[in-house]
Amino acid sequence: MSEISIRGVMKSYGRNTVIHGVDLTIAAGAFAVILGPSGCGKSTLLRMIAGLEKISKGDIAIDGKVVNKLEPRERGCAMVFQNYALYPHMTVADNIGYALKVAGVSKDERAKRVNEVAKSLALTDYLGRKPSELSGGQRQRVAMGRAMIRQPKVFLYDEPLSNLDAKLRVQMRAEIRKLHNQLGATSVFVTHDQVEAMTLADQIIVMNAGRVEQVGTPSEVYRKPATRFVASFIGAPPMNLLEAKVTGRTEVAIGSRHLMTPHHGLANGQSLIVGVRPEDVSSISGETLNVSFVEELGAQRFVHGTFEGQDFVVQQPPSDSSDKPATVVFSIRPETIHLFDAASGLRIEPVSVTAPAPAFA
Amino acid sequence: MVERTRLFDILTQIVLIIGLVILFTPIYIVFVAASHDFKTVNMIPMPMLPSGHLWENLTKSWQQAGFSHVMITSLIVASGVAIGKVVLSAMSAFSIVYFRYRLRLIFFWLIFITLMLPLEVRIVPTYAVAANALSPVQGVIDFIASYIPQVSIQLPEWNLLNSYEGLILPLIATATGTFLYRQFFLTIPEELAEAAKMDGAGALRFFFDILMPLSKTNMAALATIMFVWAWNQYLWPILIVTDQAHYATAAMQLGKVVPGPSFGEPPVWNTAMAATLITMMPPLVVVILMQRWFVRGLVATEK
Ligand SMILES: Nc1ncnc2c1ncn2[C@@H]1O[C@H](COP(=O)(O)OP(=O)(O)OP(=O)(O)O)[C@@H](O)[C@H]1O
Ligand SMILES: [Mg+2]
Repeated sequence: MSEISIRGVMKSYGRNTVIHGVDLTIAAGAFAVILGPSGCGKSTLLRMIAGLEKISKGDIAIDGKVVNKLEPRERGCAMVFQNYALYPHMTVADNIGYALKVAGVSKDERAKRVNEVAKSLALTDYLGRKPSELSGGQRQRVAMGRAMIRQPKVFLYDEPLSNLDAKLRVQMRAEIRKLHNQLGATSVFVTHDQVEAMTLADQIIVMNAGRVEQVGTPSEVYRKPATRFVASFIGAPPMNLLEAKVTGRTEVAIGSRHLMTPHHGLANGQSLIVGVRPEDVSSISGETLNVSFVEELGAQRFVHGTFEGQDFVVQQPPSDSSDKPATVVFSIRPETIHLFDAASGLRIEPVSVTAPAPAFA
Repeated sequence: MVERTRLFDILTQIVLIIGLVILFTPIYIVFVAASHDFKTVNMIPMPMLPSGHLWENLTKSWQQAGFSHVMITSLIVASGVAIGKVVLSAMSAFSIVYFRYRLRLIFFWLIFITLMLPLEVRIVPTYAVAANALSPVQGVIDFIASYIPQVSIQLPEWNLLNSYEGLILPLIATATGTFLYRQFFLTIPEELAEAAKMDGAGALRFFFDILMPLSKTNMAALATIMFVWAWNQYLWPILIVTDQAHYATAAMQLGKVVPGPSFGEPPVWNTAMAATLITMMPPLVVVILMQRWFVRGLVATEK
């Protein structure tokens, strides 16, 4: 088990900086998921841990030992690539055993360990095949086996499931998590799929534009998004974000409507962002939504529309009628509200836990 | 490949057949001429159907032109060029594609420029170097010595004239193969190199364990092309070989067989054409043997 600590790590390509100083600790044995939109630098960060990319500034330490100058093989990391990167001319057995062959492990020992790994991944029947004769899921497992055989301290995954179909993805996800629990190594998993992140992770690292926005457990990231970006990235559909102005200690105005909020203690007139998850919106009447379309998902439906001129989504229970209503009434309970600074996007925590006023009696 | 209409099919067939006829007519004439006796081959017009003197002509020209010896020389030279070319191209392309060193671009362009300077263009300087392979080094030393007299060294002379090295090395030193390999290496996903790195393989292991097996078909294609090309070389061997008894190649010998004093005037076309047939055989055999690999190497990269 190895802790990974990343201290002030930056990465530049020429004059173009793509990672702007990341500080992060991944606990030994944890399953950490790096989540973020395309191009935010997830892969770059992972590849710096692996040793495939030079670190422009800062340190990465594995097990307390700074690895900046070490070759990939000396870091004790194994990596699973998005397109698997299996050696096309080698059989499954040779693919899995290649690292051992390079390390000079004897043939018998190699065969023994390849067999063990293959057995744990249900690949025994395919050992003699070439990668081109395997299905996507099987290739994925070979790639896992190739990583496992060296018994690394750290597993690195770069979007390993994105080439699989939806059903297989769910299945492989469970398998990866199961393997992680068995092997007890530290895993770092890169994805832009939030469902993958929420279901796999002990620790989610949300990244945006080369910066870490939030580090936390899946429920922390969902319940207490640290920034406006995290709020808008996590959740499907994401959190409603409304521009508002402070009109009192526990009150804001959105357009012409006044809304009770937790006690924020901000000065009147200051602008901020009010966030409410569609699933937290209450169906008690109070406000009116001008409906533009309805997204029917079976178990629930999402009603999209505008509220005071701003986009807003309300979750509703499933309904038999398929026609689109012109308006929908809803209300927002103060304790479900998230507040963010309009300029910095940072979360504003309520000042004190006042008892929520019975506003909608 | 898009059109699949009947008319289009017929048209392509016709074009192919015309091409085939154009290509095969000269070879057919060679064959016919080689199968007649001296009298009939000099008739005007020459008969267009083969006759029964082929074997007789073949044995005659084989003995008269000393093919048992020149064939072996050509075989050594062509194989040497093919092997040397494959090894050199693979290594140089590996260096250009997989390493990021400071002089990479300079080397890339130096190699690229040799594409525009085939042997025929630079034949005089190449001959000068072949006469003394160390002369470029000597030139550099002399230049430095003109400023710093202490470094003046007289290198021994390394003469490549009348030797297998002289026949082979200059033919290896061109860039075509390097570019074939470069294009192939560029199609190999970068992750493969990274996966090998993660597996602990250094550059050489990656080269031998992964790149070489993957480029088998390219190797076969390049070796075949180079074998045929080297076999057919005429100008360079004729320049560099003065010791005809030992180092004459088949193509050179052919030049003498075609009407000339060694076969007596007037032109003895039947034996000359028989010699042509003999000279054509080895490249043909190589192409047929390598054909399966060769086509795959040129058409597609193995998936
Ligand atoms: N070799 C490179 N040279 C220059 N810029 C690069 C290079 N590699 C990546 N970048 C830039 O760095 C940024 C981060 O890239 P990275 O591959 O880490 O994104 P990502 O978060 O993995 O995205 P995705 O989800 O699409 O894989 C991108 O803006 C990209 O353009
Ligand atoms: Mg990526």
